[in-house]
Amino acid sequence: MFIPHTDADREAMLRTIGVKKLEELFQDVPAAQRFPELNLPDAVTEMEIMAEMDAIAGANESTRDMICFLGAGAYNHYIPAAVDSILRRGEFYTAYTPYQPEVSQGTLQAIFDYQSLVTALTGMEVSNASHYDGATAVAEAVSLAFAQFRGKRTKVILSAAVNPQYRQVVRTYNEGCNYALVGDDAKIDPQTGPGALIPLIDKETALVIVQYPDFFGRVFDYTELAKAAHAEGSLLAVAVNPMALGLLTPPGEQGADIVTGEGQPLGIPLSFGGPYLGLFATRMEYVRKMAGRLVGETVDNRGQRAYVLTLTAREQHIRREKATSNICTNQGLMALAATVYMSLLGKYGLRQVAELCYHKAHYAAKNITKLPGYKIWSAEPFFNEFTVKCPHPVKEINDHLLEHGILGGYDLGQDYAKLKNHMLIAVTEMNSREEIDLLVDTLAEVSHD
Amino acid sequence: MTEPLLCDLSVPDRIGIRFPEPDVPKTSLPEGLTRENLPLPELSEVDVVRHFTRLSQLNYCIDVGMYPLGSCTMKYNPKVNEEIARMPGFALTHPLQPIETVQGNLLMMFELQEWLKEISGFAGVTLQPAAGAQGELTGVMIIRAYHASRKDAKRAKILIPDSAHGTNPATSAMTGMQVVQVPSDSHGNVDLHALKAECDDTLAGLMLTNPNTLGLFDENVKEVVRLVHEAGGLVYGDGANLNALLGIVRPGDLGIDVMHFNLHKTFSTPHGGGGPGSGPVGVAKHLVDFLPAPVIGIVEEGDDETPPMYGYLTPAKTIGRVKSFMGQFGMMVRAYTYMRMHGAEGLRQIAEYSVLNANYLMALLKKAYPLPYDRVCMHEFVLEGHWEDAPEIHALDIAKRMMDYHLHPPTNYFPLIVHEALMIEPTETESKQSLDAFAEVLLKIAEEAHREPELLKTAPHITPVGRLDEVKAAKELVLCCVVESAYEAEEMH
Repeated sequence: MFIPHTDADREAMLRTIGVKKLEELFQDVPAAQRFPELNLPDAVTEMEIMAEMDAIAGANESTRDMICFLGAGAYNHYIPAAVDSILRRGEFYTAYTPYQPEVSQGTLQAIFDYQSLVTALTGMEVSNASHYDGATAVAEAVSLAFAQFRGKRTKVILSAAVNPQYRQVVRTYNEGCNYALVGDDAKIDPQTGPGALIPLIDKETALVIVQYPDFFGRVFDYTELAKAAHAEGSLLAVAVNPMALGLLTPPGEQGADIVTGEGQPLGIPLSFGGPYLGLFATRMEYVRKMAGRLVGETVDNRGQRAYVLTLTAREQHIRREKATSNICTNQGLMALAATVYMSLLGKYGLRQVAELCYHKAHYAAKNITKLPGYKIWSAEPFFNEFTVKCPHPVKEINDHLLEHGILGGYDLGQDYAKLKNHMLIAVTEMNSREEIDLLVDTLAEVSHD
Repeated sequence: MTEPLLCDLSVPDRIGIRFPEPDVPKTSLPEGLTRENLPLPELSEVDVVRHFTRLSQLNYCIDVGMYPLGSCTMKYNPKVNEEIARMPGFALTHPLQPIETVQGNLLMMFELQEWLKEISGFAGVTLQPAAGAQGELTGVMIIRAYHASRKDAKRAKILIPDSAHGTNPATSAMTGMQVVQVPSDSHGNVDLHALKAECDDTLAGLMLTNPNTLGLFDENVKEVVRLVHEAGGLVYGDGANLNALLGIVRPGDLGIDVMHFNLHKTFSTPHGGGGPGSGPVGVAKHLVDFLPAPVIGIVEEGDDETPPMYGYLTPAKTIGRVKSFMGQFGMMVRAYTYMRMHGAEGLRQIAEYSVLNANYLMALLKKAYPLPYDRVCMHEFVLEGHWEDAPEIHALDIAKRMMDYHLHPPTNYFPLIVHEALMIEPTETESKQSLDAFAEVLLKIAEEAHREPELLKTAPHITPVGRLDEVKAAKELVLCCVVESAYEAEEMH
């Protein structure tokens, strides 16, 4: 199987080492604890594990079995065949972090391509080689801001309309660091827009964090917010859905200092929540405060253009406790998926998919809002996700939808006490008009009783 | 010849994939919020596939040969893992689906938690952390929360042996802890005298990598743990080197309080050119309540007829969430597959043969390379890449020369406590023939170093690129190449 040694190999090797038995190599391990009995199921063969895992996977209902209108941070998009075909090349997925550039130019140049595409998509000046996911990328934005102000500014404003899981991760990372996180306490009406954050910005504020589109699907122009933040010397971080940037003005043009995002919509399968991709882009003036790996262009000793990990003096393996972050392994292969995806779609394809999402979501919203008892939040533009006030608890409605093979939207009441009976519905290019009509008809069945 | 960049390959009006026209009425686009410029390249599918295939051919990888990076555990990645992770039932499930519709996923994760507990001797496991470094962060946050819950918050000192990975001190600093380094003794173990001197009532914990980065099992591990516990601290185990311990000893049985696993090292999930990893964390009984939320548990007991219902549980004193959703699920599927194909006996063989391979290679090489700690090693060992009678040759030159023989070099210049370190971890998946061939090359390079040092100084010679100008890269900071491209107004409407 995966251990190639024959008995003869083993015996010859033991002789070379100068011991008689394998066990003798473990004399340093305390005898009382050495060689424990492990209670694990007996080993199975490849043929058996395929059948067994097929059965376990079959105990799930996937988005292939159901019509999916669930988003809230992970989206059901079409992934072109070429993406996985490239990802399955052993040269990419069985390589290590490119610490030896002479034999890693493939990985290094693909990361450089990735940095170029993310920079273009976000309208920023520099992108790192990835973070773990959309949530930890926001937490790293907070670290950048604190490093920028050397801890002298101690306040972060976190909009209540940022994904609740992102906010939880920021809080976990921040625990014990004595910084003030404001802007998302339960008193605040989540329906207020970024204008409500402006009065909170002061000279103590290191960073203001918003989402684009926000967690409720709404699209705000953050230009005024950026101006207000900059007037006090604070930074603005915008967490994006990169698919929306196929259509919408990039945050870089609205004055953002940091753009983070969940890269999953760019060619990465839902895979029950991971592995995904943390996007992180910023302006050149903050590049030395940015965590994560970075690839730069240079030349080799033969005069050829070549790529190498650069500014490594920021990183843990050099700086140890003075590093910008402890990040080491990140999401290399997922960044490659996003790179191949964006290369295939390109300038027009990404716009086309984004518009498909937009038109289909608006078609769904227009029809749902006609139903008695359902009301769409329509004061602001939205992209592919929108908030619906429902006539019944979301759980009841979703149970009914599931009986009809529909995976309903996200129950906002789980995170927002003020949003009981509010559902967040996501529509993508994968949803046909028939599927949307079926959703509307099925919702109508629970509109009044 | 090098490969062009995407931005060089772009040709106006090429497209890589078509999508259907909308089957719903169009809605006008949001005014003032629609972008006028999307500077992405324009390529056909053929362009894209050829570009990335050609790039892939510039990489070394496990599928072509031995990748002996110390502490990275570059073992073979079974192909069946890849098939299984892509099964639609796994790959096409949304993380926020109702639990009734994802019982397969939750059962798999629950069992993985149980198996990791069994292998390591811990009482609880979280699968949420994204990678080893995030597992460390989770572990140190748990240690801090534990002391805080006992109203013992003055404990802010984390001891870190000088042989530790750089992530250990970086992690501790991220949590606001004060980092104090502990030296190693002449055997490569933690220096007990130095440790005792730091064991006081400000001690939060010790981060211990065992086997350490010299590949040595700390002979005094139980005494180290006892000293830290006696002072009221906790012991964090860095699980990076767990491959050597599977079925050999359970870290929990040695008194370790909290430890991360690297599914991408020990349990064969691929490194992907720098991720994704997966860094579950195991904890002893007194720390179970602090695990990140949610953990996977049984929410409704089953009976003879119905299986139990699996769902999400929130530990009573949880440190909170460290990552979106449930972690790197796809990596868990692969690790589960791997563990299931090995069973208890197979896991122990992994450790035994990884240690056999390292000791065998050490025996072959120590006649030609200085070996600073000459003891039986575990899964890896550290040589010095430098000779007094060939003073101009450094570890880096040896590493680069190896590439000329189609081999990937070992980790070099780490651990920092060995001058000119070459840190070699063959893993159990290398055969005797592969190790013999590797040793032969290294012995030949040792000869060349003395006879023809120029061959090493100018290496590599046969790789797609030669040695790089890293100073230029850091000074000029060329970090992207963006195509010039604005939409024509009529194109999009």
